[in-house]
Amino acid sequence: MKHNAIRFLLKYARFMILIILLIALSLLSPAFLTFTNIANVLGQASLLIIVSYGMTLAIVTKGIDLSIGSVLALSSCIAASIIKSQSIILGIIIGLLIGLLCGSINGIMITKIGLTPFIATYGMDWIARGLAYVYMGGTQIYGFDKAFRFFGSGQIMGIPVLVFEVIFITVVLCFLTYKTTYGRNIYATGSNIKATRLAGVNTDRMVISVFALNGLLAAIAGLLYISRLNAAEALIGTDFTLNSIAATLIGGTPFGGGEGGVARTVMGAIIMTLLINGMNLLEISSYWQTATVGFVILLSLFIENTSKNFLV
Amino acid sequence: MSDQIILQLKGISKQFPGVKALDNVSLDVRKGEVHVLLGENGAGKSTLMKILSGVYKKDSGKIFLDGKEVEINSVNDAENLGIGIIHQEFNLLPHRDIAQNIFLGKEPTKRGPLGVKVLDKATMYSKCNELLKTVGIDLDSRILVKDLGIAQKQMVEIAKALSLANLKILIMDEPTATLTKGEIDKLFSIIRKYKSMGISIIYISHRMEEIQVIGDRVTVLRDGKYIGTVPVKETPPSELIRMMVGREITNLYKRDYNEPGPEALKVCNLSSRGKFKDVNFSVRRGEIVGFYGLVGAGRTEVAKAIFGEDKYDAGEILINGKKVKHHMPSQAVQNKMGLLPEDRRDEGLITKMLLKQNVVQASLRKVFPKGILNNKVESQIATKYITKLNIATPDENVVVASLSGGNQQKVVLAKWLLTDSEVLIFDEPTRGIDVGAKAEIYELMNDLAKSGKAIMMISSDLPEVIGLSDRIYVMYQGKIVAEFSHENASQERIVNFAIGRGDTL
Ligand SMILES: Nc1ncnc2c1ncn2[C@@H]1O[C@H](COP(=O)(O)OP(=O)(O)OP(=O)(O)O)[C@@H](O)[C@H]1O
Ligand SMILES: [Mg+2]
Repeated sequence: MKHNAIRFLLKYARFMILIILLIALSLLSPAFLTFTNIANVLGQASLLIIVSYGMTLAIVTKGIDLSIGSVLALSSCIAASIIKSQSIILGIIIGLLIGLLCGSINGIMITKIGLTPFIATYGMDWIARGLAYVYMGGTQIYGFDKAFRFFGSGQIMGIPVLVFEVIFITVVLCFLTYKTTYGRNIYATGSNIKATRLAGVNTDRMVISVFALNGLLAAIAGLLYISRLNAAEALIGTDFTLNSIAATLIGGTPFGGGEGGVARTVMGAIIMTLLINGMNLLEISSYWQTATVGFVILLSLFIENTSKNFLV
Repeated sequence: MSDQIILQLKGISKQFPGVKALDNVSLDVRKGEVHVLLGENGAGKSTLMKILSGVYKKDSGKIFLDGKEVEINSVNDAENLGIGIIHQEFNLLPHRDIAQNIFLGKEPTKRGPLGVKVLDKATMYSKCNELLKTVGIDLDSRILVKDLGIAQKQMVEIAKALSLANLKILIMDEPTATLTKGEIDKLFSIIRKYKSMGISIIYISHRMEEIQVIGDRVTVLRDGKYIGTVPVKETPPSELIRMMVGREITNLYKRDYNEPGPEALKVCNLSSRGKFKDVNFSVRRGEIVGFYGLVGAGRTEVAKAIFGEDKYDAGEILINGKKVKHHMPSQAVQNKMGLLPEDRRDEGLITKMLLKQNVVQASLRKVFPKGILNNKVESQIATKYITKLNIATPDENVVVASLSGGNQQKVVLAKWLLTDSEVLIFDEPTRGIDVGAKAEIYELMNDLAKSGKAIMMISSDLPEVIGLSDRIYVMYQGKIVAEFSHENASQERIVNFAIGRGDTL
């Protein structure tokens, strides 16, 4: 069966891309396989992975979330000022709540007002970013407590704490989306919202909760980000929105809704990060980096389509 | 009809993963005949027709048209040979209008400025209106398809197939499943007209009474195999059923009429502007209450309003004597209602998901009270229903989209049978289901009623409505115009009310 071989290749195409990338990079750049670089790559990938999970869930419900980067900035800036002036715990809680709130508002705009996810979250993107600027008034906050810095830049046995945190979040989200009735309903909603609603699922609530979860994940990523940077300012996180879409697509979650999932996005985000890290090490200009990411997205969509046609 | 053979299929086979859909099937079609293709759900009828119309590729076998062997590798090939098809499931673009759908890919053009070809809108719409008139539908060709009812969509599909130039063979895969008497009559007169023009029609339907009316010869398939071809005139329906299912079905409609219990669903003066007005009815525990009417009479709209899917302007709904107002279907489900919708692909199923996942979709809370899925439990439940409803499938782990139409419908049924609903609304429950399976489903419905459930059954299958219902309401233009008990229901009187003639005894 020649088809089976092709099917197999397509199924594991991403895994192979990843391995080829790893081998190529370690051959091309001696700096790649150093401990600091690997730790750096993992740290970078962690944050992208977390926001990409949110994006993936939005895309699985047939939506998109363009406000991730700005919600990340707004929640982390406000959290930063509270962490500095009051307490770490309070700052973290407020930061997470702001993320939840922004996400819920996105969900409500989509379900109750009937805006498309694109429009609703695009509006939220401007508003959250604007509020962050207003709040910070052009200043920066830096120099956090050691305790807070531990979450984003600490290490356990030489491995970045971020890696453990991402593993934890991955396990929780995988369980939630693949093993619970809630997760099943997310997929059902994304596949056929009308049939799901007629089966007695409160689909409005599903959509709102997914966007709320998105906001929460953006806030978590934001907190870890400022902890890692040891600074917060209003313009952080601008890349995250587009990069998380890229990671989701590269991972193999298509735009049609109801397919793909967070497990795939891990791979997508790691490939993305490695690609960018590798090109940095090879001193490739950032223009070419952007174009390369675009190329990989298209390649990934091509793999996706071809394998679908093969399955029919 | 002449004896001249126009189309010959020889030794066609087709294998899907896990299923041999067609095994060495042959078929002869004469010029100008209506050739009926009969077989149980999953027998391979649609697959054979999809091969003939270039949707699927055959694994082996030959096709001859006018005595010459032809290769059909795409829908285009088939159309060029004059083979048109009306598919079992709709293939319309919801956000385009009727004309754009009908002329998709063959839009009339004219020379525009600078000699470039541009879309000739005027011609397209006028041609389309003409076509709609032949089909006998009174619709503006600029209406978007998504705003059409299911029967109207079906009529558009029919118009689309008829728009093919040089038509020689017209395949109709269950064209009447969504239609009521009026449209079926229109369709039959179209078929007769095309027949007299020498066009051959391959006709698939599970409605046995239609075969007698419109068919010339019948070919029966069973489990992907050719069983035989017989002339309609000389073959009684019981014989056809025996060929098809391999056993006799003596009593299709089996009902134990019991003394009904208290009112489970009561609807008072329900109105929704432009859809229905002052609708009053009740369904008691242990009753099956049939709703008959033409398409657009408002039956489905009433059901959707009760279920919270659509809004209504005035009136009251009571469940077990308690006033309720459902803003969304999830509230209706909490009040132990269930709605089996008429459009299985858009409303009843999540076709991307697996069979077993669809079966439990409306009962997730009941089956997994802790909110945690269990693959094994899911499989067990699905397997139970596969046996109970005799669903033709390799196993419970297939994507629903790969099932035959009737088997998809059985999955929708399974999904609602699994719930704990006390009040069930069945909108065209046996749409596309074969006679054998119908008998089983009727028995199930009888059991449901016996166990005290209240069933509101909307159906365009008049024998089914009469054979199964305790009482029958007839709707016409958004109003209930008559009520019959099962003792005094007569086919003729019901139809007269349904077409707005009232009681013309
Ligand atoms: N795309 C597909 N992939 C896999 N299996 C398929 C596919 N299409 C059809 N089948 C299988 O092939 C068999 C024949 O299906 P087909 O649709 O031809 O039945 P049918 O006679 O038209 O039934 P119905 O009366 O229910 O419409 C079924 O077992 C079905 O599950
Ligand atoms: Mg079929």
